[in-house]
This record gives sequence, C-alpha cells and structure tokens, in this order.
Amino acid sequence: MDLMTILQILDSTVRLGTPLLLMCLAGLFSERAGVVDIGLEGKALAAAFFSAAFAYYSGSVWVGMLVGIVAAICFSLIHGVASITFRGNQLISGVALNFLASGLTVLVAQTWFAQGGRTPTLEQARFNAIPLPGAEALRDVPVLGPIYAELISGHSILVYVAFLLVPLSWWVLYRTRFGLRLRAVGENPAAVDTAGISVVRLRFAAILIAGILCGLAGSYLATGLQAGFTREMTAGRGYIALAALIFAKWRPWYCLSATMLFGLLQAVALRYQNIDLGAFVIPVQFMNALPYILTIVILAGFVGAAIPPRASGDPYVKER
Amino acid sequence: MTLMTKMFGAAATGLALTATAAVADPALIYDLGGKFDKSFNEAAFVGASRWAAETGGEFRDIELTSEAQREQALRRFAEQGFSPVITTGFAFSTPIANVAADYPDTKFVTIDGYVDPEANPNVLSIGFSEHEGSFLVGMIAGLTTETDTVSFVGGMDIPLIRKFACGYAQGVKAVNEDATIIPNMVGTDPSAWADPVKGSELAQAQISQGSDVVFAAAGASGLGVLQTAADQGIYGIGVDSNQNYLYPGSILTSMLKRVDNAVYDAMSAGDDLETGVQTKDLSNRGVGFALDGYNEMLIDFDTLSEVYAAAADIVAGEISVHDYSTDNTCPAVEF
Repeated sequence: MDLMTILQILDSTVRLGTPLLLMCLAGLFSERAGVVDIGLEGKALAAAFFSAAFAYYSGSVWVGMLVGIVAAICFSLIHGVASITFRGNQLISGVALNFLASGLTVLVAQTWFAQGGRTPTLEQARFNAIPLPGAEALRDVPVLGPIYAELISGHSILVYVAFLLVPLSWWVLYRTRFGLRLRAVGENPAAVDTAGISVVRLRFAAILIAGILCGLAGSYLATGLQAGFTREMTAGRGYIALAALIFAKWRPWYCLSATMLFGLLQAVALRYQNIDLGAFVIPVQFMNALPYILTIVILAGFVGAAIPPRASGDPYVKER
Repeated sequence: MTLMTKMFGAAATGLALTATAAVADPALIYDLGGKFDKSFNEAAFVGASRWAAETGGEFRDIELTSEAQREQALRRFAEQGFSPVITTGFAFSTPIANVAADYPDTKFVTIDGYVDPEANPNVLSIGFSEHEGSFLVGMIAGLTTETDTVSFVGGMDIPLIRKFACGYAQGVKAVNEDATIIPNMVGTDPSAWADPVKGSELAQAQISQGSDVVFAAAGASGLGVLQTAADQGIYGIGVDSNQNYLYPGSILTSMLKRVDNAVYDAMSAGDDLETGVQTKDLSNRGVGFALDGYNEMLIDFDTLSEVYAAAADIVAGEISVHDYSTDNTCPAVEF
C-alpha cells in the first residue's frame, strides 16, 4: 500500500466522517444539557431534503443551507416542546421525529417535484471542493506535498467548518459561562434552578444548537456530497453518530477522533470489501458492524467508563 | 360504485364466467424502491401507463412502505377482483406463494421472482437474462476504456446483482482480455439500495484505482455513482431503465431490462394470461442496451457493430454467457 492509497482512504474518511462529526457535536450539546437526542437522523434527513429543494428553487446553495437549518431547528423545537415543556419521554419524541422526517420528506418531495421522493439533480447550486492556496504548487514536495494537496485541500467548505466547530464547541462548553451552565443543567438541573437560572431556557438553547449542527450535516449530505436529495439518504448515520458520542464519552475532541475512526472504518470497508489477511478473510459485514461493536465494548466498561451526563434523559420537574 | 360492481363481479364469476372475465382490471404492486426510482419500478409504471393509454383501460397501483405490506397488498387486490396482479422485485416470491392458492381465479405475475408453477398454477414468473444485457454493456465498456480498468457498483450483495456483475465482466474480457475489473457492492442489507453517498465513495475509490467506466446496478445508490462519474469526467453506465438522459455526455449507455414490455404484455393478455415461467432475454428483446440522442456520439461505429454482432451470436447460441445464479461462480471476475 503506497502513500497515495493511504491518502485516498484518509480523504474518503474525512468525507464520510464529516456528517457524523456534525451530528455527533449536535448530540453532544443536546445530551450535555440533559436532553437525549435520538432524532439526529430525522433532523439531518429533513435538513437534507429542504436544503436540496431550496438550493434547487433559488439556485443558491447558501439559501438551501439556511432553509435546511431552519427545518432542522423546527424539528428540534418539536422535540423541545414535547420533551422539555411537556416533559414527555425524550426517546419516544426522538423516534417520532425520525419517523416524521422519513415520511414527510418523501411526501413533500413527491408533491413538489413528482420524481418519486427525490429532488431534481442540482446543476450549479452545490458546495464545491475548495482547493487551498498553493495546493498544486506544493504537490511535488515529497510526502508533505501530496498530504496537503490530496488530504487537506479540496474539500467543501462545510468540512472545514465542521473541523473548526470542534475547538469552538470545546471553548463554548468549557470556557464560557453559558457552557458551564449547560453542563450543569445536564448533571444537576435542580442546582442550576436554585441558582436562579432557567433550566428550560438552557435546554432549549442546547437543542437549537443541535438543530443548527444537524442542519449543516443534512445540507452537507445533500448539497456537498451529493447533488440532490434521495429518500432515506442519511442511511442510519444519525445512529452511528450517537454511537460515536458514547464512544467519545460526551467530550468534543473525542467526538472528532471517534467520528473519524468510524469514518475510517467505513472508508476501509468500501475500498477493500473483504480484507484478506492470508490466514483468514475479514468479511465486509464485520467492518460495517465494527462501530457498534466498539461502542458496546466501551459501554461495557472495558476501556474506561463511559458515564453519560447524570440528568440525561430526565425531564426537569421544578417541584414535587 | 365501482367497488360494488367488482364485488358483484367477483361473486358472479362462478355463475357467468364469460360476462365477468372482461371487466377485471389489472393491478400493479411496486417493490420498496418506489414507483419513481428512475429505474426498475418506474419501468413497470411506464409499461402500465402505455397499456392504459393504448387500450383506454384502467389499472390500480400501490407503493409499499414496509416488508409486512407485501401479503396485505396482494390479498387486497385479489379480494377486490383485480387480475392479473403484477408485482416487481424478487422479494415477492414467498408472499405470492403464500397467497396464490387462496385466490385460484386471480392471476399473479412476479417480475424477478420465482414461484413453483406446479404448486401454484395461477402464477406467472418472469425472469430476465440480465447477464446477456450486462455482457453487451460490458463489451462497450471494454472497447471504450482507455485505462484498461473498468468497475462495477452493485447495490445489495445478492446473487441477482452478482449476475449483472458477472455478465458485465465477461463482456469486458471478451473484447479486452487484459482489462482489470473492480467489482464492489454498496452493502449487505436493503439500505444499500438507498445510500448514494456510499455509492459515490465507492465510485471515487474505483476511479482512484484507475477505472474510467463504471456500471452501476444499485437502485438509488447508483445515482450517486453516476453523479460522481459525471463530476470526475469518467463514463457511467445506467441500469434497468434508460438512464442516458440523467447526465448527458457522461453516461455511456444503459443496460435495459424491459420490465415495461413485460408489464405491458401481461396487462394486454388480461385474463387470458398464460401462467408458468417465462424468461425474457436478448432473443425476445427482454434485455438490451440503450442507444439514443444522449449517447450516440459517445460510442463509435466499430464498437456498435461489434456489439450488435455479439448480440446476434448470443441469440444464435454461438456465444454463451455464463449465468452466475446457476452455480454461484463467475469465470471472469472474483468477488
């Protein structure tokens, strides 16, 4: 295996890992504030559809992205009203959102475009690859040149945004007053309430951030990686992102490494379908199942404890 | 009102066979891929629409949303007196086998599926010789490639899809013995039909391994493959329906599976439909490749004449294309 092949696999890792990273960060904010968000998949799916549809109508990928984000936020608000305001079960509300997105996108797409639940192919309104300055000039530099030109340069802008969001999320969660309160609300909402800070408002803020991040993830899938929406195009990535969140033990930098590891597993599985190790063959099914297996191993406590935020999943009741 | 007529019609069948035979409308059930998949299921709809337009007849159709609805939909249509009830997709084999005996007066058609004709005499199983059509597009790919590397992206890893891949590989090898063929599958579960992002990544990986023609037989995932082929400036090959128009100039051709003709023929036959097992192959134009205004400038004359000659040889029995599903092996490519 030469350097070029490794770089191509890593390049593919970045493309496959980015939607996972965005959704994982969305889950991070939400769950750190004590709201379990199994609806990542549905939010990203809705965002994928609306971003593709409005990129098509307006001819601008940015308009599409904004509408996608608005759609994801609307879904977040439904989740918020059901599980924060009315203290419903967060899991059920999230699952309902996934079903809603799965049916709604196809229905609306069929009504608007009559192409069987897909949007027309986008010609121009897409996120194109951005060659970083000097990428071609430096290509001939040994080792570092190809790494820069192949791996670091030439992704769409949302990839760079996603990577920048990791330190930003860390800074917001660990270095700002808002972040401190947000984490506190996920651990001990009663204490936050006693301090005179609104639990409901903080939790809504967290799920709004999650909505924005899912919006970016959906719009990257539909208008960055693809040229339009097709039904169920998230294909379970929201659930893998949740697994990555557990794997990352609810911490921003670990989110980056977990999602990129899962992206790498997918990229390797796509490049070498069955891996022949001479003595035995690793089937592609095993590679595809590996993210879930790893998550279970982590959950079982073999590699350090994965402790979720203490109040995660509990609706906050002010007085009993 | 129509429902009442149908119910009376169904009740009266025993008494007045001749009078009711003519009023039964056909029904069509699409597989999970959906009616407008620009491919397999859409071809069925096109065939049915053509029949309706030409004869002024009416048909009913339904899109399934889950596995559990297969039997339900079959029974619903059979009970309402529709005949023939036409289904698309190999997954209908078992549901039809379960249902058919309960409605002996209804005729069922499974396209791509197989139901034992002895046990269920009222079922027509239509199969296609996909390996023959794939062989022809493989020849076109083998004659067009400049890097001597071509590739294949299948949807879900099932014998039917390997049959496509195997025919394709044999076609490539027939005209370009040294060519490398990279066969990949999107996945091993039904979500593999609807993951264009993975399709794109597979095509990307194949392009970086030198492929300059990619044949996609992967449902909606295939659209991701063709998209990437168009973006990266290589040729894609469509499947089932004529997909040449999707990315003009970068789709070399489409392997056609004339599901539309099969549906049209079944609907035209109506109650006189002959049941049993039918195979649609090159000789009865059940499979083939698409040539139209979008791709005629992409394929040169010599290539075309060679492919037509091979098609004639296959029909005459002088070239035999190995069918993967007969023995689960392929002489031209390893999976």
